[in-house]
Amino acid sequence: MAFRIYRTEAVVLRQRRLGDADKICVLFTPNLGRIEAVAKGVRRPRSKLAGHLEPLTRVSLLLAKGRSLDTITQAQALDSFAPLREEIERLSQALYVAELVDRMTDAAPDVGGLYRLLVDTIERLGATEALDLAVRWFEMRLLMEQGYQPNLERCVRCDAELAPEGNGFAALAGGVVCPGCCEAPGSRPLSGAAFKLLRYMQRRPFAEVARVRVDAVLGRELETHLRQAVQTALDQEVKAREFVDAVRATSPVAAQRSGGR
Amino acid sequence: MNGRPLVTAPPVARLIEAFHRLPGIGPKSAQRLAYHVLRAPRAEAEALAIALVDVKDRVRLCGRCQNVTEQDPCDLCSDGARDQGLICVVEEPLDTLAVERAGVYTGLYHVLHGALSPMDGVGPDKIKIRELVERVSHGGVREVILATNATMEGDATASYLVRLLQPSGVAITRIARGLPVGADVEYADEVTLGRALRQRVPVETEERAAVEGGER
Repeated sequence: MAFRIYRTEAVVLRQRRLGDADKICVLFTPNLGRIEAVAKGVRRPRSKLAGHLEPLTRVSLLLAKGRSLDTITQAQALDSFAPLREEIERLSQALYVAELVDRMTDAAPDVGGLYRLLVDTIERLGATEALDLAVRWFEMRLLMEQGYQPNLERCVRCDAELAPEGNGFAALAGGVVCPGCCEAPGSRPLSGAAFKLLRYMQRRPFAEVARVRVDAVLGRELETHLRQAVQTALDQEVKAREFVDAVRATSPVAAQRSGGR
Repeated sequence: MNGRPLVTAPPVARLIEAFHRLPGIGPKSAQRLAYHVLRAPRAEAEALAIALVDVKDRVRLCGRCQNVTEQDPCDLCSDGARDQGLICVVEEPLDTLAVERAGVYTGLYHVLHGALSPMDGVGPDKIKIRELVERVSHGGVREVILATNATMEGDATASYLVRLLQPSGVAITRIARGLPVGADVEYADEVTLGRALRQRVPVETEERAAVEGGER
C-alpha cells in the first residue's frame, strides 16, 4: 500500500463544499505552509470531524497522502477561539486575517514564524479591545514576512532620508515618498503621527504598539495606507474587507474600538 | 465530455451533456440517465420536460417568507392555523422541510437563500436580509428564531441579524446546539460540548416539555 500518513498542526482558514457530503479545507501549517485537504462526510450530522474543522480553529490533524489532494483522517481541535464566534466585530476581523493568509501564502516549508503570527493574531482578536490596531499590526508583519516590507527609512523615489512630516504613502512604489516627491502617482498624504506609528509597528512587538493611543482619525489613516499596501502586494480584492466595513456600520461600539486603549 | 463515443446521435449527446451539468452527475451517470429517457415511454419523457419548464415558469419567491412557491403568498404564509407572530429564519428552502419534519414548529419561516460568507464575497446585500428586517419592522412579530447552520457562516449570519433586529425590540432566539441523536460524547468537539453543558436542562423540565409537546 502506497498509503502515507502524516501528522501536523494547522489553522483552518476556510472551507468549500465538495460533492454532497465532503468539504475541502484550506489549512495553514507551520511546516508545509498553505495546503488543501479533503474532509470526508463532514456535512453529515454525525461526522466525527466536522466540529473540529470549522474555519478559525487550531487543530491537530492526521492526514493521508492522496494522488492529488490529501485526506483528513483524524482531527482534534486544540483551540476553537470561542470568543471570536460570540462577537461579530471580532469574527469579521479574524476572517479578514484568515483571508489574507489564504491569498498571500502558498505551500512552503518552514513558515513557523508566519504560523505563530497567525495564531497569535487570531488569539488576540478574541481578547483585545484594540481590534483594529491588532489587525493593522498583523498586516504590517504579514507584509514583512512575505517580502513586501514598506520602506519607511528613505524616500522610495529620490532616496532622501525621511523627516516625519509632510510625506506621502505610495503603496505602488513600496513605501514612503518625501515632501519633494509627493506628486508620485498613487501617493497619499501621510501624517506625522501615522508615519511614526508605522515605523513603530515595524520595530516593536504588539504589546508595546498597543500602548499607543490611536484616535479614530489616525486609525482610519493607518487602515487606508496598510489596506492599500496589502492590496498592492496581493494584486487582488480582499473580499472579507467589505464585511468588516458592513459590520462596523452596524456597530454601536465601533467608535470605541477603532483606537488603542 | 471526452470519453463519449462519436457514434452517439447528436440529440442523445445533447441530453447527456445537459444531465452532466447537474450537480453530482458524472459522465457515466449522465449516459445512463440519457439512455433511460431514450428507452422510456414518450409520456414519461414529456412529463419530465414539462416539470422542468414548469419549475422555471411557475415557481417564484413568496413575497413574505421568500420561500419558493407557486402562489404568492405561499401556502404556509396564508395558513391561518400557523402562528403568525413567530418567524423561523433558515438559510435554504430545504431547511424549512427539515424543520417541518421535526413536527414541533407551528410558526412561519423566512428563507435567506444563503448565509454570509465574507471570504467568498457573500455580503448582507446578497441574501434576503433586507426583506427580513422590513418584515419584522411591519410589526406583528413576537419572536424571531435564528435557525441558520451551526457553521462559521451560519453563526456570522445569526449574529449579524441580531445586530439588525435588536432595535425593533422583538425577542430573538437561536436554536440550541448539542449532541445529535446517535452521537458519541467522545467524538464531540469542544464548542458543541461546551454549549451543550452550559445550556443543559433539568431532566424533569425536559420530560414535561416533551409530554406537553406531545412527542416521544
